[in-house]
Amino acid sequence: MEKKLPFDIRAVRLQFPALDQLVYNKPFVYLDNAATTQKPRVVIDRVKAWYELENSNIHRGVHYLSQQGTIAFENARQTVANFINSKSSREIIFTKGTTDSMNLLASSLGKLLVKEGDSVLVTGMEHHSNFVPWQQLCVERKANFLVAGITENGEVDLDHYTELLEKKPKIVSIAHVSNVLGTINPIEEMIRLAHVYDIPVVIDGAQSICNQKIDVQALDCDFFAFSGHKMYAPMGVGVLFGKEKWLDAMPPYQFGGEMVNQVSIDETSFNVLPFKFEAGTPNVSAVLGLESAINFIETIGNVSIAAYKDQLIQYALQRLAEVKGIKFIGNPVHRASVISFLIDEIHPYDAGMIIDKLGIAIRTGHHCAQPIMERFGIPGTMRASFAMYNTFEEIDIFVAAVKKAAIMLS
Amino acid sequence: MTIEQTQQQIIGEFSIFDDWMEKYNYLIEMGKDCPIIETQYKTNNYLINGCQSRVWLHASFDGNIVHFSADSDAVITKGIVNLLIRVFSGHSPEEILKSDTTFLDQIGLKEHLSPTRSNGLLSMVKQMKLYAQIFQLKANQQVNE
Repeated sequence: MEKKLPFDIRAVRLQFPALDQLVYNKPFVYLDNAATTQKPRVVIDRVKAWYELENSNIHRGVHYLSQQGTIAFENARQTVANFINSKSSREIIFTKGTTDSMNLLASSLGKLLVKEGDSVLVTGMEHHSNFVPWQQLCVERKANFLVAGITENGEVDLDHYTELLEKKPKIVSIAHVSNVLGTINPIEEMIRLAHVYDIPVVIDGAQSICNQKIDVQALDCDFFAFSGHKMYAPMGVGVLFGKEKWLDAMPPYQFGGEMVNQVSIDETSFNVLPFKFEAGTPNVSAVLGLESAINFIETIGNVSIAAYKDQLIQYALQRLAEVKGIKFIGNPVHRASVISFLIDEIHPYDAGMIIDKLGIAIRTGHHCAQPIMERFGIPGTMRASFAMYNTFEEIDIFVAAVKKAAIMLS
Repeated sequence: MTIEQTQQQIIGEFSIFDDWMEKYNYLIEMGKDCPIIETQYKTNNYLINGCQSRVWLHASFDGNIVHFSADSDAVITKGIVNLLIRVFSGHSPEEILKSDTTFLDQIGLKEHLSPTRSNGLLSMVKQMKLYAQIFQLKANQQVNE
């Protein structure tokens, strides 16, 4: 089949050393990108260069390397700010990842806004990272934890969401893209609805950050969290964007070095944004790797990547539909590059083991989103998720493997 | 047959397979006719939660011999459950406690008992040993009384 590709896929694949290996003596097919993406050479080299030549602790040294490191680190913050179009780099907090960002918010924003009898609203399709921190906050504060339902197609029930907003929750926190169903939620609309009541909205962008161009000003979200490792950057770095007015009002989350201004035995005053939320030595090499990943994505082009991934997903859906007994979990109108499915009564773990033996990495299980499994009454799913380096040929290999597993297990 | 003899027998059975697919087909076949646990024991009380696949295990003791029955919701897991039952069920607590599961290494299924697999199998083996220990304790107490 001839397809018009928006960029040279073979050249892109050459940038990712991990793709070029045999697994169980078979060419490696990596379709677990919603869990983490592989890293391009530029990112790996950036991390290496930091430790080989530049390593020093930033923000406090007067010596040459420390100053160079500080400049590089703060430039990376500006790169992130530009990437998501935030007004200022003061709105960019570096964290360990999306989970860390969410815990920061549940603790700090929770402290600021949520009291006994208040409520917090999430949806039934959240990853545990955007579910459990809020749930536990509500338990601690004796607040109500509100969960907007999802429809049979795997979309947020907007009527239910609107109904719950009328209870005037103090915080709304929603996934941009479901890591299980692939659903792209209509967050523009959901944010607008919450803002009618002046409720701040947190967006879990873990799955959307490498799926589409993010513009936090256009979205008008109050917070946006994402992880580096799901967008071709190193593990251990994430970002929390927050509107300055909120970040200014929020109390610090963790205490320690860098985040303080003055410390005496009697009292401590805290540093300005963004440092107020960055206690301890940051993961500098990972932040610089994140900057390289952003440059890499922007060189190829966000729009081109999104267009190509959409072609992949349409092709995968069409090919998987050939498998006898297949049932897609979630049939959203707007889908990111994630497909969850089951085949007849076959346990996803069984199928996953056979597909693994054929050299293909997919994910099986509940994907850290047990409320979705409960909603659909299933133990788990098989999930394939795609990145810019996947190919149509890999989808063919994957579909053949799914068919083989189905034959062996039925 | 002793535990050691059963293990050798299984190693023999698996030695005829040329590749992983034949091996897995065999496990799947075995998974289909695993000694199913009685319905009354297929409850949360007997559940070993493995995150990915679930295993139910029941043990009984007649004073000399331990009998195990088990089930799993995933058929490959159930095939391995079947092997473990075949090896350990019908033996004294002493015999169960002094034997191990190295036969799984020799038939190339060691990875399924890795702590990272989260399929419930490693916990199942630990649970079987724990039952044996308790039954042994019980038997010794009765002798002392």
